Amino acid sequence: MSGALLEMQGIVKTFPGVRALGGVDLDVRAGEVHCLLGQNGAGKSTLIKVLAGAHQPDEGEIRWQGETVRLTDPQAAMRLGIATIYQELDLVAGLSVADNVFLGRERSRFGLSRPAAAQRATADLLARLGHPEIRPGTEVGALSAASQQMVSMARALSQDARLIVMDEPSAVLDNEEVERLFHVVRDLTADGVAVVYISHRLEEIRQVGDRITVIKDGRTVATGLPARETATREVIALMTGRTIEYVFPQRTERAATTAAPLLEVDHVTVPGHVEDVSFTVAPGEILGLAGLVGSGRSEVLEAVYGARRPTTGEVRVDGKRLRPGDVASAVAAGVGLAPEERKSQALLLGDPIYRNITLSSLGRFARGGFLSVRGEKAAAREQTEALDLRPVDVDREVRTLSGGNQQKVVLARWLLRECRVLLLDEPTRGVDVGARSEIYALIRALADRGVAVVVVSSEIPEVLGLADRVLVLAEGRVLADRPAGALDEHQVLDLVMQGTTTPTSEDDAA
Amino acid sequence: MSTPTTQAPPAADAAPRRGTASGFLSGPAGRNAGLVIALVILCVVGIATAGDRFASTDNLLTILRLAAVTGVVSVGMTFVIIGGGIDLSVGALVALSSVWATTLATQALAEDTHWILMAGTALLVGGVAGLVNGVVIAYGKLVAFIATLAMLAAARGLAEIIANRRTQIVQDQDFLRFFSGSPLGVPTLVWIFALVAVLGWVLLNRTTFGRRTFAVGGNAEAARLAGIRVQRHTVALYVLSGVTCGIAAVMLMARTTTGSSTHGTLLELDAIAAVVIGGTLLIGGRGTIVGTVLGVLIFTALSNVFTLNNLSSSAQAVAKGVIIVAAVLLQQRVAAGRRQRRSPKAVPPTAAEGGPAGASPGVPAP
Repeated sequence: MSGALLEMQGIVKTFPGVRALGGVDLDVRAGEVHCLLGQNGAGKSTLIKVLAGAHQPDEGEIRWQGETVRLTDPQAAMRLGIATIYQELDLVAGLSVADNVFLGRERSRFGLSRPAAAQRATADLLARLGHPEIRPGTEVGALSAASQQMVSMARALSQDARLIVMDEPSAVLDNEEVERLFHVVRDLTADGVAVVYISHRLEEIRQVGDRITVIKDGRTVATGLPARETATREVIALMTGRTIEYVFPQRTERAATTAAPLLEVDHVTVPGHVEDVSFTVAPGEILGLAGLVGSGRSEVLEAVYGARRPTTGEVRVDGKRLRPGDVASAVAAGVGLAPEERKSQALLLGDPIYRNITLSSLGRFARGGFLSVRGEKAAAREQTEALDLRPVDVDREVRTLSGGNQQKVVLARWLLRECRVLLLDEPTRGVDVGARSEIYALIRALADRGVAVVVVSSEIPEVLGLADRVLVLAEGRVLADRPAGALDEHQVLDLVMQGTTTPTSEDDAA
Repeated sequence: MSTPTTQAPPAADAAPRRGTASGFLSGPAGRNAGLVIALVILCVVGIATAGDRFASTDNLLTILRLAAVTGVVSVGMTFVIIGGGIDLSVGALVALSSVWATTLATQALAEDTHWILMAGTALLVGGVAGLVNGVVIAYGKLVAFIATLAMLAAARGLAEIIANRRTQIVQDQDFLRFFSGSPLGVPTLVWIFALVAVLGWVLLNRTTFGRRTFAVGGNAEAARLAGIRVQRHTVALYVLSGVTCGIAAVMLMARTTTGSSTHGTLLELDAIAAVVIGGTLLIGGRGTIVGTVLGVLIFTALSNVFTLNNLSSSAQAVAKGVIIVAAVLLQQRVAAGRRQRRSPKAVPPTAAEGGPAGASPGVPAP
């Protein structure tokens, strides 16, 4: 396309075990606000790091004003005029606004700094951004998040940025501040600066965006959609919908739920996240929790597990009340959690497989506190064989495994523990497509052994395909509790959208 | 000799095999081998410069006896650091324990009963102070550095108050006799060091406690979500460190026949230095007792060689500093090699949302 400021084509970035980007296309025109949409883990951050020169792509081409370029380091990107404003702002809190704007390029003459010149230039930039009230001499740490963002923008402008990438800028702002940010964004684009805008909030994208690119599982699934005319439902379906047909295991026909519930969640509230949620799960049943980011789906699991302390309500396993906010007592009662952030929340990446598997069952391999490593390894090997976890060498460091195999390590931990209630948060995130079906089959096999399973997933087809029963959550509340067979993707989407977005009739009419 | 071993290609795993090219020095065994080599070099230098004065049995036992006190404390420190913490208060706790165990009241009580009461008092004082450290850190959520720095100041101050700044003489002859003995020709203090090191090794490598220590220090959140009571464990680690301070206090009382508020001054630095050059990562999750013991021996042998050659203690201090920096540089290179294998995985798409501040757009090329 002619007139494109930036074109990225077929960008591939592989990390050991994970293909973060599997072919992303993006084209940005001068003077437009290009919105980048995708769920957590879709690859947005990796993509903007490639764009910022912080990651080198394995494959693909980047063209800047029609010429192929290589962004070998962040400086190279900056020289072209690409500036990135990260979610966690990279400002030095103890320095003044002007010092931050010119950090690394201090104004000086004869080796003496010229604070007055820097302050004047900074004041000009801030005025151009419509924020003359930010004084260049103020310490950045004393500014609000919104003002700090403006300082980052001023820094970008001071480098003559032609393309500014903003990673969820609205996450830290209130409504009024967002309005003012949009004002700045519109002014910038009127001057011909391009903005790549990342946000979860669809309504913002309608307000400020020109075109949309949606990425999912590291691939571009749609590009160049008109921001105002594309229906919300379509966008969400693109973000959450299936791209590949997965094989879901056959549901087991169970005698109608006569069995007493194994897990009972009774009017649990976690302020700000979960509002009065109640449900039960029978042994052998898989309950799916569907909802958008921020619907409270992960927080429900954490409250059940004791990783978050509910203010009201109780959780019972087999009729026995769990101590609220105490993970160890939940584990003792036979509850296991495979958390969302596997690497940071579940695994000891530098430790061998067997140690990760036995971590929650150490007592079983100990006599008087002394561990039998041989016993541990034998038990771990049994699990890895049963789960077809590769490599079979249980001495291998977990960090060298693929996402799917790492997830199997987490599952093996709870299998070994013989847990009776299994909570799975995004069990297939970062798991290769091929390994997903295996994980699904495994979860079903566990349920068939009488485990009560709760699955959270941002992929609606996954919830519908895997679960026996589905709870739809929005803004921390349960909107629906139905058998999975009685729901289809569209119904879930409709329910989900009632919560976090406010679809207007124009949206759907378009 | 770092030949990359060719390994069978992984069956179906997409992940590339961990490179072995960074080699021999990166494994724990390799690191300890490096320390052994350093120790051997020191000994060679010692023999070359001081000859029989260095290589005599007496001198070697002197080295070990001098290493014993720091060594015992370093074993406790190793646990704390592997568990992701730090204990700056060890020197002050040694002083406090020694003073408390040698007050007139304690000594009178010990005279009426048994000297073991004095030793018990020292261990108890150390343990309780460690408990305070642990509770403040685990439940009060204070940074370990600050909490134990505060304990350092407070414990030494308390020791001064109790002793009224006077050195307290150990009166109990049975106590002194027991600890000055040399069963099988080896001083009791050295036996104690050996015992503590062996027990520490077993505790760290062969028990659930040790395994949990690695887990808590390696990834506290993962440990918590795996059902480990992280706070309770953290407290236990500082109690352990405090108890080793109590043991060290008893050993110092025996060696100097005194209890004093100046005992163990700067001991925390020696202990941390020994642990660090022993290959324990200051960020936690990795470390060995063997490395720590070797680290202590290297420092002690170094001062011995210097002393035998009539070099000043100032020159010793300089050499010590150089060794610490060299060891940590080596450690970082090893860690960097490990990170190279790991770093791409440390930034998976999921964990990468919200990028680090490292890739700053604000530092353009000049």
